[in-house]
Amino acid sequence: MDLKRLLKRVKPGRGAVISLPYVWLLVFFLVPFLIVLKISFASQDIAIPPFTHLMTFGDDGTLNIALNLANFQFILTDALYADTYLSSLRVAFVTTVLCLMIGYPIAYAIARARPDIRNGLLLAVMLPFWTSFLLRVYAWMGLLNQNGLINQFLVATGIVHEPLQLFHNDFSLYLVMLYAYLPFMILPLYSHLVKMDLRLLEAANDLGARPLKAFWKITLPLSKNGIIAGAMMVFIPAVGEFVIPELVGGSDTLMIGKVLWNEFFDNNNWPMASAVATFMVVLLIVPIALFHRFETRQLEGEKHV
Amino acid sequence: MYNDGRLSWFLKGVLALGYLFLYVPILSLIVYSFNASKLVTVWGGFSTRWYSSLFQNDQIISAVLLSAKIALASACAAVVLGTVAGFVLARFKRFRGSTLFAGMMTAPMVMPEVITGLSMLLLFISMQQFFGVPSERGFFTIWVGHTTLCMAYVSVVVRSRLLEIDQSLEDAAMDLGARPMKIFFKITLPLVSQAIASGFLLSITLSLDDLVTTAFLSGPGSTTLPQVIFSKVRLGLNPEINALATITVLVVGTIVIVANYLMMNAQRKRDKAIAAAMRANDADSQNSAGKPAVSLA
Repeated sequence: MDLKRLLKRVKPGRGAVISLPYVWLLVFFLVPFLIVLKISFASQDIAIPPFTHLMTFGDDGTLNIALNLANFQFILTDALYADTYLSSLRVAFVTTVLCLMIGYPIAYAIARARPDIRNGLLLAVMLPFWTSFLLRVYAWMGLLNQNGLINQFLVATGIVHEPLQLFHNDFSLYLVMLYAYLPFMILPLYSHLVKMDLRLLEAANDLGARPLKAFWKITLPLSKNGIIAGAMMVFIPAVGEFVIPELVGGSDTLMIGKVLWNEFFDNNNWPMASAVATFMVVLLIVPIALFHRFETRQLEGEKHV
Repeated sequence: MYNDGRLSWFLKGVLALGYLFLYVPILSLIVYSFNASKLVTVWGGFSTRWYSSLFQNDQIISAVLLSAKIALASACAAVVLGTVAGFVLARFKRFRGSTLFAGMMTAPMVMPEVITGLSMLLLFISMQQFFGVPSERGFFTIWVGHTTLCMAYVSVVVRSRLLEIDQSLEDAAMDLGARPMKIFFKITLPLVSQAIASGFLLSITLSLDDLVTTAFLSGPGSTTLPQVIFSKVRLGLNPEINALATITVLVVGTIVIVANYLMMNAQRKRDKAIAAAMRANDADSQNSAGKPAVSLA
């Protein structure tokens, strides 16, 4: 399409308004991914920046393109990488299920509370989210420690005789993941549950359905979009989580975010870190698309309710 | 029987346990910040010594100042870009490339930060190779990273408010011959001002809190507060961090509760005024030939 026709179709004011955030995101969000993809085909080099150029010009005027596929080959064939990706997906999945199981009853209780106290209850859920994430993880370090509060309590009350190993293992990892991500699950669930037409439950009751059956047949299906949005909001960032496994996870905890961090900061292997990131994006593209769809649906659905 | 707002004992128990889970760790942080002992989990009597040593720690003070500067700068930029983006998504709906735009708007919220951090760093490295700017990593690169992350959140808040409010006010202004710019600044912007304010607060906290993206984008001379905290807690428990956490919780808690109270009040007043204007309009149109009673002033 030639420029004249394009300019005629797009009103200049409208185009300018759209292009402001659009160009920002193209330059600072989309283009960087293409660069990551490019550098994942480079090799590590002792230089600044520490990777080779993909394209070089030879003395005889030839253009040499060197694509290094070894990074991807390594990720796909090395058993440790496969284990790490699987382990990250498992940790993210279990965290999502835990958040759903704990978060659903809380969101439900808030949505069914008196309207005048609902806002306060929701604020109380969000308040820890507003305070620092890092400090909330740190709080658990003091609780779960060998001499921490939980062990002190258990020993003092005689429930156990020796302090338990609560720290630097799967238990502490999942507990803190649950703690950190719980508000992200509660919020979308609440916004769906609070909009629900409660007369449906009355009708079910009048027709003889027991509360549990009414919940299973009516409330749960009606909150499906909230469940999916909340699950994606927990699952996607949890796959790449770095801080929690680093601070409270076990030394044998395999998480892809940790591997990427180590490749980049400790091994200075930028091409490998890029390949790890590229592979992670490939794994997450479907969940991200799902999240986007349900997020949009929820936002636009509000208008018709 | 379902909507009388009375919770069963089961739901009350759920809430009690839920809030216990959310707040016990934070309360324990606060209690042990007043511990005289250097061993964080062994109580050695009441003391405020960690607060005074915190305020004498130059590394922490300069990190707080840098973090505050970055947070303010990125929140301002994120509010402008995010409001425009939210407006575009809510009002323009379909345009060339709108699917890509909407996707790029939601992705930063869930994308693991190791990926966004790495990719932005590589962008800046490439820019430096080709254009020579930015010459070093620091304030500017962190600011760009935080702005991109925060604008996504602002756009969601603004967009959902825009979809919620009555578009007939904007339509009425259009019918009365107001130009789009005037409508945006006189009607749309005031209607979403609360959403913008909460987007601003959200951006401040996201930026103050960000560790992973910042770690990739910061240079040798620019260490933010989360980076200092992270390097300290990696080595284990540290009573100064407890004192810092207590101050953070109190400051953030006060701001959030006060802001929430003010916003709820303002929102209620505004909704009431709109409803009154609508009623007046209805009454008016029954009397005369249906002149809209909404004033642009």
